[in-house]
Amino acid sequence: MSVSREQLIDFIYDEARMLDEGRYDEWLALWLDDGHYWMPLDYKQTDPHLVTSLLYEDMFMLRLRVERLNGARTFSQKPKSRCHHVIQRPFVDEMDGDRFVTNTSMHYVETRLDEQFLLALTATHELRLVDGALRIASKRVDLLNSDAAFGNIQLLP
Amino acid sequence: MTNAADIRALFNGPQVHRDVYTSAELYRLEMRHLFTDAWIFVGHDSQTPKKGDYFTTQIGDQPVIQVRHSDGEIHVLHNRCPHKGTKIAIDRDGNTGKFFRCPYHAWSFKTDGCLLAIPLKKGYDGTGLGESENGKGMKAVGAVHVHRGFVFARLAEEGIGFEEYFGDSLSSLDNMVDRSPAGRLEVAGPPLRYMHQCNWKMLVENQTDTCHPMVAHESSAGTAVKIWEEMGNPEPRPVAMQIIAPFMSPYEFFEDMGIRTWPNGHGHTGVNHSIHSDYEAIPGYFEAMVEAYGEERAKAILDENRHNTVYFPNVMVKGPIQQLRNFIPLGPSRTLVESYIYRLVDAPDELLARTAMYNRMINAPTSIVGHDDLEMYERAQEGLLSDGMEWVDVRRLRTGPEDFSEQDVENGTTERQMRNQFDAWVKFMTASMEDA
Ligand code: FES
Ligand SMILES: [Fe+2]
Repeated sequence: MSVSREQLIDFIYDEARMLDEGRYDEWLALWLDDGHYWMPLDYKQTDPHLVTSLLYEDMFMLRLRVERLNGARTFSQKPKSRCHHVIQRPFVDEMDGDRFVTNTSMHYVETRLDEQFLLALTATHELRLVDGALRIASKRVDLLNSDAAFGNIQLLP
Repeated sequence: MTNAADIRALFNGPQVHRDVYTSAELYRLEMRHLFTDAWIFVGHDSQTPKKGDYFTTQIGDQPVIQVRHSDGEIHVLHNRCPHKGTKIAIDRDGNTGKFFRCPYHAWSFKTDGCLLAIPLKKGYDGTGLGESENGKGMKAVGAVHVHRGFVFARLAEEGIGFEEYFGDSLSSLDNMVDRSPAGRLEVAGPPLRYMHQCNWKMLVENQTDTCHPMVAHESSAGTAVKIWEEMGNPEPRPVAMQIIAPFMSPYEFFEDMGIRTWPNGHGHTGVNHSIHSDYEAIPGYFEAMVEAYGEERAKAILDENRHNTVYFPNVMVKGPIQQLRNFIPLGPSRTLVESYIYRLVDAPDELLARTAMYNRMINAPTSIVGHDDLEMYERAQEGLLSDGMEWVDVRRLRTGPEDFSEQDVENGTTERQMRNQFDAWVKFMTASMEDA
């Protein structure tokens, strides 16, 4: 089976929509078991391990993160946050057999109570074709202002 | 409210008045008195390793530059041109070469602040500029002391000495540095920067608040433990679980860990053990420590598992994981938290990887544990606007008048360290204040 450019682009749109609609079980199912979600702290950071990042999470941490959102005693989500992605048509940078890389510019808005903030970012997805389905091997989110001071960012760009 | 008696009335032992968290006037007095007369953390010398390297930060609300002068010494200068006030450096760090040059009219200054040159200088002949304060150059802070790489400064020209101010509390910083086989730390990357809409003191108090983790962090640490159980408690536990699970330790764990207080508002949790005690050994590290220190001394260094050490007024250090958090006050209800990590020179990289993981899991604006805490601070900041009650209670395990001038060790759930901070707060707020 081969994957078209359009299928890759649709995948990125679908992922953003899952996050906006809070369909986290479906979202977790997109990931490969050894996937990592990385949000660097430093502009053009190359190392996720020996300097701090905003996020560098494996599947255990991502599962914890989304399960916590619905916890009975998750006070920072009482009331809940909402988020909204506006994405530009993804670039497909690599199509190499069953491995694909896309690059997507987004505006991400998150809100809770009377507060709302906007982040501009670029997401780099590494996707794999496994048993006929596209899966996320890694997702890197570079915030345009990654070195700025932020208040809580509670949901996922 | 500007006299010492009014300040003293805000802390009566078991309680502290809510104005200390909400009043703009008290915030202004904190900046002019407490943050001027006390010793305040600036940075680490590895942030400015080479001559001409500088780093910009704040001491209280005062913009300053930490810079490595041509003689190799660290200087801390007010970040303000003596001509018309322009900030000399606005990037977070850089190298200025042999001198600073103001971008407005090109007055230049040596890296110890001394005036170097003014263009068209004859325009100042006979004007008296040379005799004025402004004609000397960029102003240095009152005093600077570098303790094992950590740079502290006192804005005031006169005041308490560094050793007297910190005393035995320096043992926590020393233990953090001793954990390097080379006895040296190096900053590892930029700090996390997390904005809090609350008073800076709430953050400092929370560092020794041992009755909140199992409650406020049930959502994050409790969920982690629950998921791990559902998975059948597989061993070995990954580093992430080693880091987060101890937050759910029961009350007895925190009672038994103990709290030590030192004079001048310093203190730490984890006298006997801490949430950092049960991390897995990292291959090669103990061997490197024994090589450097001998077995007995290496064991003594590593057996010390202090949890959070508060350096009054506004930093916290975690020795076992080489981390420093700087609570920078930006207003009565606004605090910037900068969380730094350090590399233990000559230790295996796995230690730094664990430290970096701790930092992003616990101290980032994206951290679920951070979300738990910030929610409580911001609710408190808003709740304190209520006129229903004026006083905040800090009397846990206080049974009578307390003397904070001697070191003391108590049950780990005491709020004594918070009271110790307010005792020091009154002391340094009023040190240079009129007595009504
Ligand atoms: S303001 Fe700096 S030289 Fe004029
Ligand atoms: Fe906490």
